[in-house]
Amino acid sequence: MEQLLQHLVNGLVLGGTYALLGIGLTLIFGLMSVVNFAHGEFYTLGAYAAFAVLALAGWPFFAALAAAIAAGAVLGALCERTLLRPLRGESIDTVMLVMIGLWIAMQNTELLVWGGVARSIPHPFPTEPLTLGPLNIAPLRLFVVGAAAALIAAAWLLIQRTRLGTAMRATFQDRDTAALMGVPIGRIHTITFAFGSALAAAAGALLGPVFLAYPSMGDLASLKAFSVVILGGLGNLAGATLGGLLLGVAEELGAGYVSSGYRDAVGFVAIILVLLFRPAGLFARAERIG
Amino acid sequence: MIGRALVVASALALVTAPAWLASPYHLHVLIMAGVFAILALSLNLLLGYTGQLSLGHAAFFGIGAYTSALLALKLEWSFWLALPSAAVAAGLAGWAIGRLALKLRGAYFVLVTISFAGVISLVSINWMELTNGPLGLPGVPPPELGPWSLRTKTAYYYLVLAAAALAYLVCHRLVYSRIGRALVALRENEPLAESVGIDGTRYLVLAAVVSAALAGVAGSLYAHYTRFVSPEVFLFTYTVTMVIMVIAGGKGTLVGPVVGALLFTALPEALREAMAWQWQMLAYGVVLVVLVFFLPRGIVPAITARAARAAAGSRAMRPGAAPR
Repeated sequence: MEQLLQHLVNGLVLGGTYALLGIGLTLIFGLMSVVNFAHGEFYTLGAYAAFAVLALAGWPFFAALAAAIAAGAVLGALCERTLLRPLRGESIDTVMLVMIGLWIAMQNTELLVWGGVARSIPHPFPTEPLTLGPLNIAPLRLFVVGAAAALIAAAWLLIQRTRLGTAMRATFQDRDTAALMGVPIGRIHTITFAFGSALAAAAGALLGPVFLAYPSMGDLASLKAFSVVILGGLGNLAGATLGGLLLGVAEELGAGYVSSGYRDAVGFVAIILVLLFRPAGLFARAERIG
Repeated sequence: MIGRALVVASALALVTAPAWLASPYHLHVLIMAGVFAILALSLNLLLGYTGQLSLGHAAFFGIGAYTSALLALKLEWSFWLALPSAAVAAGLAGWAIGRLALKLRGAYFVLVTISFAGVISLVSINWMELTNGPLGLPGVPPPELGPWSLRTKTAYYYLVLAAAALAYLVCHRLVYSRIGRALVALRENEPLAESVGIDGTRYLVLAAVVSAALAGVAGSLYAHYTRFVSPEVFLFTYTVTMVIMVIAGGKGTLVGPVVGALLFTALPEALREAMAWQWQMLAYGVVLVVLVFFLPRGIVPAITARAARAAAGSRAMRPGAAPR
């Protein structure tokens, strides 16, 4: 029982960052119809930005998080303007190939800049775990889950409560009608991609200190983000949040009770099963295949 | 006219390659190019003719490699039985994935194929009793032909050359048959194709089975050549390399993937001195982006289009060439 609770807590910590990754990807996928295989590379970028700021410049942890978010947003906007805007209107497969190219190019740039050795990212939190009854949780992990929750709430407020968010939702529902109503589609796309990339970078900066930073860390992050999007349904923010938590818990339980070697298989199996049996996502009210 | 001369000349060059190639190292590069040509042809059947991108193609390659190596090592089967078994095993996997995943199209198909490759790769790492885990399977025996061992590079080169030629012929037969025309029809306009009675899923699954079986053959050839199989055969790098070869050479053409395979095996080897491996992969990413922007149809269609324009009006475009 205690073990189960511990797994659940660990799963929620992981799941919080998965949700961040998934929200970013579901916005980009749903709103721009871009299958962003480079999403995980922005996660890597966030981790390395945090590493540079913390370990090399010696700035505080919050500055590192802010730097990662800024780096993700700037590079995301840049990629959208140079690579995606000229291809708007091209088939989804053409754009997908470009994103695969970007993924490979970004990953190997990280490899060239930082080398293949995994880097541990320093953090200011005490390593002694906090004990809450039967549960142990490292203060860092507690911070990670809190920061992820805050960022998810911020994203939700932005989408639901601001003018910009309304424009984004309108673009998602019907691009042409939104354009006719005066929504600047081009700018919305740039902002969406920058915003999604910034969330991925934030996830990288948060999870980086928990694990390690290495150039190929984005591969699994991308696939997990896709699992979350598929679990939650395309463009579904609440679905992505729940899907992220669900995936985190399922992975933790799978690693704890089945086999730790197959931890990463949980996401793969989730993708396959959901796409085959509930292609609109777990939380869709009615089946719709688009 | 020029086309036919070119085909004869390159066939002659390939057959006599061991005689005029300076070093065994160059022959090694050609052998790998042959293995990749089979892989590129195989991926092209799906990507070029059905329009569905399999980003898990390394899984079929790896299944072929492991099947062949395990049969040869554990059951001491001859290569000549192990190779077709590898094709059958990979083909079965292709059938299962095709049946399940080809209900989906586009990005969703891509994700299912990636996930499948991910699961298979994890199995190869974790199933210690069967695969020896990350340590891999050393000592895969080289093929024997009667009293001769095909251990030398020259002999193996001819084996790979024959297999690649066979793979080309299989693709040629398939593409220029009713099936190939059905596939192209489905790629171009699926509802229209189905409305004239083409059973979409059936043809797509067939293409997936043939494609996977060919990749399995390449895997078997690779295993008995390097004589070592490890979970690295499932590396995503292999899939990316195949995709680049097909896109660069020209998807939806038969010659394109072969040209792409030769180019993208020889080029990195030629640049090996000047360029670190990471630069090379970085270049792959950039090349892919540049190709989509500036040469979306690939090298071979671009050249044939130019030649056709030069000999204006002499011959119509070949069937099966991708429209875009």
